[in-house]
Amino acid sequence: MSQPKAIILRAPGTNCDQETGYAFTQSGATADYIHINQLMENPAVLAKYQILCLPGGFSYGDDIAAGRVLASQMQSKLADAISEFHSAGKLVLGICNGFQILIKTGFLLPQDESGLPATLTWNNHGRFIDCWVNLKTDNAKCVFLKDIDQMYLPIAHAEGQFVARDAATMDYLKSNNQLALTYCRPDGSHEADLEFPANPNGSTQNVAGVCDDSGRIFGLMPHPERFIDPTHHPRWTRQPVAAVGEGLAIFKNAVHYFD
Amino acid sequence: MSNSTASTQSTSSTSDDTKSKIWQIDLLPSDGFPDRLAEKILADTSDFGLPESLLIKTARTFLIQGNLCLADVQRIGNEFLAEPVVEQTVIAENGDAVFNQPPAGTNALTYVMPLPGVTDSEAESALLAIQQLGFDVDAIGTVRKYWISELSSDQQTLLCEKLLCNESIEMTVVGPLKVDDLQLGRAYQFALNTVPIQTATDDQLVEISQQWQLSLSLVEMQTIQSHFVALGRDATDIELETVAQTWSEHCSHKTLAGRIAYTDENGTHQYESMLKETIFAATMQIRADLGDDDWCVSVFKDNAGIVKFDDQYNVAFKVETHNRPSALEPYGGANTGIGGVIRDTLGTGMGAKPICNTDVFCFAPPETPFEDLPPGVMHPRQIMKGVVAGVRDYGNRMGIPTVNGAVYFDPRYVGNPLVFCGNVGILPKDKSFKEPQPNDLIVSIGGKTGRDGIHGATFSSAELTESSDITSGGAVQIGNAITEKMLMDVMLKARDLNLYTAVTDCGAGGYSSAVGEMGEELGAEVWLDRVPLKYEGLSYTEIWISEAQERMVFSVPESNWDAFEKLCSAESVQATVLGKFTPTKMLTLKYGEEVVGEISMAFLHDGRPPIVRQANYSPATVTAYQPGGDADYQSGLKQILGSLNVASKHWIIRQYDHEVQGGSVIKPLVGVQNDGPGDAAVVRPVLDSRRGLAISCGMNPHYGELDTYHMAASAIDEALRNCVAVGADPSMIAVLDNFCWGYTDRPETLGSLVRAAIACQDISIAMQTPFISGKDSLHNEFSYTDADGQRQTISIPATLLISAMGQVPDVANCVTMDLKKAGNLIYQIGITGDHLGGSHWNLVTDSSGGNVPTVDTNVAKLTFAKLHAAISAGHVRSCHDLSEGGFAAAIAEMAFAGGLGARIDITTMEAAGDIDASLLDLVLLFSESNTRFIVEVEPANQIAFETAMTDVAICRLGEVTNSMQLQIESDGETLISAAIGELKEAWQSPLNWN
Repeated sequence: MSQPKAIILRAPGTNCDQETGYAFTQSGATADYIHINQLMENPAVLAKYQILCLPGGFSYGDDIAAGRVLASQMQSKLADAISEFHSAGKLVLGICNGFQILIKTGFLLPQDESGLPATLTWNNHGRFIDCWVNLKTDNAKCVFLKDIDQMYLPIAHAEGQFVARDAATMDYLKSNNQLALTYCRPDGSHEADLEFPANPNGSTQNVAGVCDDSGRIFGLMPHPERFIDPTHHPRWTRQPVAAVGEGLAIFKNAVHYFD
Repeated sequence: MSNSTASTQSTSSTSDDTKSKIWQIDLLPSDGFPDRLAEKILADTSDFGLPESLLIKTARTFLIQGNLCLADVQRIGNEFLAEPVVEQTVIAENGDAVFNQPPAGTNALTYVMPLPGVTDSEAESALLAIQQLGFDVDAIGTVRKYWISELSSDQQTLLCEKLLCNESIEMTVVGPLKVDDLQLGRAYQFALNTVPIQTATDDQLVEISQQWQLSLSLVEMQTIQSHFVALGRDATDIELETVAQTWSEHCSHKTLAGRIAYTDENGTHQYESMLKETIFAATMQIRADLGDDDWCVSVFKDNAGIVKFDDQYNVAFKVETHNRPSALEPYGGANTGIGGVIRDTLGTGMGAKPICNTDVFCFAPPETPFEDLPPGVMHPRQIMKGVVAGVRDYGNRMGIPTVNGAVYFDPRYVGNPLVFCGNVGILPKDKSFKEPQPNDLIVSIGGKTGRDGIHGATFSSAELTESSDITSGGAVQIGNAITEKMLMDVMLKARDLNLYTAVTDCGAGGYSSAVGEMGEELGAEVWLDRVPLKYEGLSYTEIWISEAQERMVFSVPESNWDAFEKLCSAESVQATVLGKFTPTKMLTLKYGEEVVGEISMAFLHDGRPPIVRQANYSPATVTAYQPGGDADYQSGLKQILGSLNVASKHWIIRQYDHEVQGGSVIKPLVGVQNDGPGDAAVVRPVLDSRRGLAISCGMNPHYGELDTYHMAASAIDEALRNCVAVGADPSMIAVLDNFCWGYTDRPETLGSLVRAAIACQDISIAMQTPFISGKDSLHNEFSYTDADGQRQTISIPATLLISAMGQVPDVANCVTMDLKKAGNLIYQIGITGDHLGGSHWNLVTDSSGGNVPTVDTNVAKLTFAKLHAAISAGHVRSCHDLSEGGFAAAIAEMAFAGGLGARIDITTMEAAGDIDASLLDLVLLFSESNTRFIVEVEPANQIAFETAMTDVAICRLGEVTNSMQLQIESDGETLISAAIGELKEAWQSPLNWN
């Protein structure tokens, strides 16, 4: 297949669009930056692309709750287009605010008769935090995490605590390999619920990223686009760091999925 | 406080149906989930002596006005507003008894809501989204609801006033809430106001100035009077307001740009324009000296200074102060401070894209007892939390990394905290200049105009008093970062399509300032009735001088208007034509067909009578060092590390996104656990380039007590040291000045400022380090009446912030301050002198006396150049500058940041001058002499490093160890032997807040 095309969705308050698009182009895709107004006017635009990416930021200022307003717009105006996009075997990636949006639309974990099964709410310490975290993958299903076992990436968010409706939901998601990314210790180990700072926000079972049942829709709180250059690593001045940052693998996996 | 009914503010859309119902939705934490808002408030109640048993339960309340049935509102509440899983709702018509049932353990109900007209971005977003869902909603208001356990009525008032509600932007309603109408504003009846200025006596002129809050002196009022007498007519209110705004201290810097007769121990110097003849002159001389190698592009004329970056781009840098608004409403003050400085770089040249922020604050110590606070001031901890949150929320939402900062504490900032907000932007080289063309349209984009911040420009030029929080409420605003982000997105697109000829921001003075400045050379005609308003009822003058946030003004050729407007509307940004830059040299203000003001640009910009001031300075007498107590070196070191200015600021830093935009190279916290104090941050603004920018600062209010000349010189040296320490090229560092001073009408206060400006001139020229922009804030004093009825005034210490922007040719050569590897060699660079005056050793041990640190610019220039060469050649593994706490504090920080020990012997350390043998070790450890660094060098690079540093004083002092112990000896005697964990704990714990 020819070079995959990624659509980087912009909305009022999106702010990681440029570096996320850059990560896609560095991985071999092309990136177009499309405003939500344009997409809502003409959802058919989506069909031209293989990858839909919802980058980080503060869509509509995190007003009401992070991702809430854009999620509502997407649910009401784009549900069919995105469903078709997904059915066509294409990929959807939500990073940070994009993850919050995907959770709140129900595109990632669909709503049932009792509502949405999970949410991302305020960090348990109640603050925005920017720090680096160790991550362990469950890549049985998630195509974005193929061949990745562990990662070290930065987070920067206030509302990243993953909370599910009940234990049964967690059990199901885990057994279905949907809890694709979890916070862990530097050696990759983790118990059920790690303490701060290993688990930086109090997420249930250290969840940092979730994929849908197909493994082709993936949302994560950490920012892989912020570790694609060796000098992004917080300790590059004191230890050897690979020539390519660990985050790039996620974008490459998305691109190579269409090989 | 009002009683049980209120007409509250909201965002409203136009609708004739005012009979629609108002619904109330309370969102409460679900069972088993924490009440975060209550937890936040309870964390601070002990500061105010409130009982520990206090119980608070909160709800987020939305009021929704529209043609809705209960089922509609339930859908809005449960499916849109409530967070799934973690929140539950109570929904009914506003006024229903269901909202009045106290949760167990509480009995008193209080609602807090924004005052009418205050920005409520959450309500705006909710209205937009709910209307898009197809509901017929007219207006929405957001409210916070508090249930409180039994308190005395005094305690309840205290809780409300200090923690629940900020009365400069909010109001409380005690008991049940019944709202009649959420829509705001009433129709405006035009009436032209004329002020009888022609015949006014001097007393009447003073009265006019006060009555209209013009903050103009009698001489200035007399000048205006003669101007109108010559015209043969009286002035309109809008004309007086325009002149007052243009001539305000905040907008014209009339004191420092004015005539000053300065006298010090060297005699008297007469300045025609003090800033021009000192700091600007230095830059002009440097540019002339550099000739073809001049790398300055635009200095001291645009909203920010511009210098060269690479073949494609230039960079712009500006730091602003936002002190007075932050004293009254720290969140909104800091929020609009950072929003304003971002618009400064956006409004520089044809618009620079913001790439990083720097923020520096000065507060009173956060542990100040509540009882010790003067009346009318907020607790410093509340101010600090509010300011940090304000910067955080705006910077993070804008997607601009906040990479550098500092916080200084001194009790004298209690009533007048300082908030410095800075921003760096990058712009294509060919977009660095602008010029409106005759008959271009005056176009405003971004936020709507309300009564926000009326008289901000003149207010910020006046002194704060205990009643400021009541009389100045109109001057306080809340920003909406997303409005500014949307504006930024479209303006950068429009810039690259060449759709406009000039741009500037709307800051203090609003349209009056923006249009007045842009039209200075041409003239302008403004149609005030066209301005989009947040609500009806604003007079033409209010529209003109409102400081509503997130607006920018463009000059757009008529032929580009359609394309410009289309670009804006595609991203839901409102663009409006407000008038025309008519080549008349007049400012003509119209409301409909009525001309409401007509002033010549010449009078407006050049008509101000010169201010002549006296300035005197006599430096403090140098006294010999006097020890304060019997602190030993080790406990002194720990106290310095734990002192507020030195202590870790991680609680603040980690709340800022410092990595967005993907260009982070050196983060503010560095080291083996990502938690050591970096000297400067480095960012790579162009994703496919290796060239970096280093941002740092220097500030030493304590040295100012001894001599403001050396304070300023030291601050410049510190800012440069920090930049050079991470790898910036010292021959290409641009600096900014921000003077925050007390009441400069006092000759000695102004004298201390002029003296600092002279130092800036001297050091700048000698170091070939140009100042490219600056901003001053004068009259930073707080006045109140004490318990004995005496009038008291607290003046801030003379505070000069120097911000530096350096360039790193290849970021691969950057270094950090954390020790890297056992066995590496440790050197000190530079010479230590007896500079304990104003030192942190003196501060924490209550010692006094000693000399203020000075700067030898010949030594500094050579040292910086040689060190930079050594760093660029890869000879240096780590580098840290020596500042507060001197050598001992710096090596301790390097050790615990690296998670490694160090064995140091200072016997051979060079000291300058005649130092009393009994003080030698103390001086070597804790003196704060300038132009010094500690570096770590691998043994294999020893010769290369030493050769690179030829002609610079360096001294090998020891080595890095695996011992986790900092060991410092002199002549066989152990001076300090401390576990690095213990030192780190002392440094991290003071501000390790939750």
